[in-house]
Amino acid sequence: MSPDTNESASASTLLSVEHLTVFHGQLCAVDDVSLRVGEGEVLAIIGANGAGKSTLLRTIAGLHRPASGTVNFRGEDITHDAAHQRVRAGISLVPEGRRLFPSLTLEENLLVGAHRAAEGPFDLARVYELFPWMKDRRRGKVFQFSGGEQQAVAIGRALVANPKVLMLDEVSLGLAPIVIETIYEVIPDIVSHGIGVLLVEQDVSQGLRVATRVHCLLEGKTSLVGTPASLSAEEIEHAYFGAELPSTAGRGEPS
Amino acid sequence: MTWANILIQGALVGGFYALFACGLSLMFGVMKVINLAHGDIAVVAAYSAVFLVPKLHVAQLWAFLVVVPLFALIGYVVQRTLLQKAIDRDPFTTLLVTFGLSVVIENLLLEIYSANGQSVNIGELVAKSWQVNSVIYVSDVSLVVLGVAVLVLGALQLFLSRTSSGRLIRAVSDDREAAQLCGANYKHVFGVAAAIAFATVALAGIAFGISTEFDPTAGGINLLYAFEAVVIGGIGSLWGTLVGGILLGVAQQFGAHFNLEYQTLAGNALFLIVLAVRPQGLFGRRVSLNE
Repeated sequence: MSPDTNESASASTLLSVEHLTVFHGQLCAVDDVSLRVGEGEVLAIIGANGAGKSTLLRTIAGLHRPASGTVNFRGEDITHDAAHQRVRAGISLVPEGRRLFPSLTLEENLLVGAHRAAEGPFDLARVYELFPWMKDRRRGKVFQFSGGEQQAVAIGRALVANPKVLMLDEVSLGLAPIVIETIYEVIPDIVSHGIGVLLVEQDVSQGLRVATRVHCLLEGKTSLVGTPASLSAEEIEHAYFGAELPSTAGRGEPS
Repeated sequence: MTWANILIQGALVGGFYALFACGLSLMFGVMKVINLAHGDIAVVAAYSAVFLVPKLHVAQLWAFLVVVPLFALIGYVVQRTLLQKAIDRDPFTTLLVTFGLSVVIENLLLEIYSANGQSVNIGELVAKSWQVNSVIYVSDVSLVVLGVAVLVLGALQLFLSRTSSGRLIRAVSDDREAAQLCGANYKHVFGVAAAIAFATVALAGIAFGISTEFDPTAGGINLLYAFEAVVIGGIGSLWGTLVGGILLGVAQQFGAHFNLEYQTLAGNALFLIVLAVRPQGLFGRRVSLNE
């Protein structure tokens, strides 16, 4: 079921986060988290609501400043770079809630995504190949699109910048299972170009299905790291919720 | 025939209001900054045309060739320094800062040039007019100003809708953070928008200085009219601003027809009616994707 690939140490590291700590006011949202993403790797960050997943991604993207710790990209310390500089370096985030430009057409959204694009496999034509329905509707205003379509545009907008690391924040949120399926179908294609994917999922089974490695957060702290095949449902359940649960039905997925 | 005259004169003055207002609209649309010093910047531009431009041995008629680029540059610098610092704090700070800027400008002008009335001198051209029929005269200057307003708004509309820089401005205006995630340096985009806003308001200031006598405190009332034109037309719509300016001008002429004291009152009444009946303005759009 889950693609169990070789250990990550062999893949060359693109992104490494060392001892990252981030505060929201007085609240410690991310507490001493370290992780690595290599070429062609899919690292899924799972955890309950408020576990600090989104904050972690937003800090890597440069939208939050960490209190301590470093973010390194291809061997360089980028902890103090502005968000737009990180995009130009090769880190793109598909933010939670899609965040498209509502007054722009589909194509204009993609063009904004591509305006500082690096050299690479993705351009508008390639995105239209990935999502064939887009071509006919490229002049449509995106606010008229369905949630799944908007999510696809958001992913396309990030891809045309030709990132080396693509971060996806809760892409399945609020979407029908069949729609989630079509969104996740493009991940193997993305990874085949050597792009490292860092994704945040509340839906654990979905995260486990696509990930090469899993990183579970609990109240801002790392509670579990491993490959999907090496982790038992009980271990994941414990890392996800914290306390031992009376029910040990052996299901790793929260209701 | 008097009605035709009211419409024509109103439309002419409305063109000026629209030219004055488009920079205000742009800065609010993109940076969410209400620039309370907008009117004073126009007055500074008019003073520059009177006192600075002749020193460069340029006729005051051609002042815009010097003043408009200069103000674009000033706009970029003011945005990247003063206004950006205010935006980084909170929206309320931008109001305080631009209000402070307005007070400083007015008093500096009073200090340097006194409260005497000035005007941009373009020679006999200012008195030229065109006779439509026995009762309607159209001043050449206000006709040119209307033409310039339509041209500027049209060019701005094209720039925003067709060029990649314009697209970026719209994207930043929609969602600043998402634009950053597309690699846009939003502070630079803000600077470009401010440069355009300052350039257009400088042009409006010179037009104002040509057609009327002005003093250091003339900015306030112009800011009010510009603000009304923007609200009537609808935030975020340039053509709406033109229509708003013209409607405001016609309403004022209509009021003035009965009693000169009703001129401003009629404009304000229209403004209040639009605000009550259609708060987003006649051409305002209400598009929201995020939440």
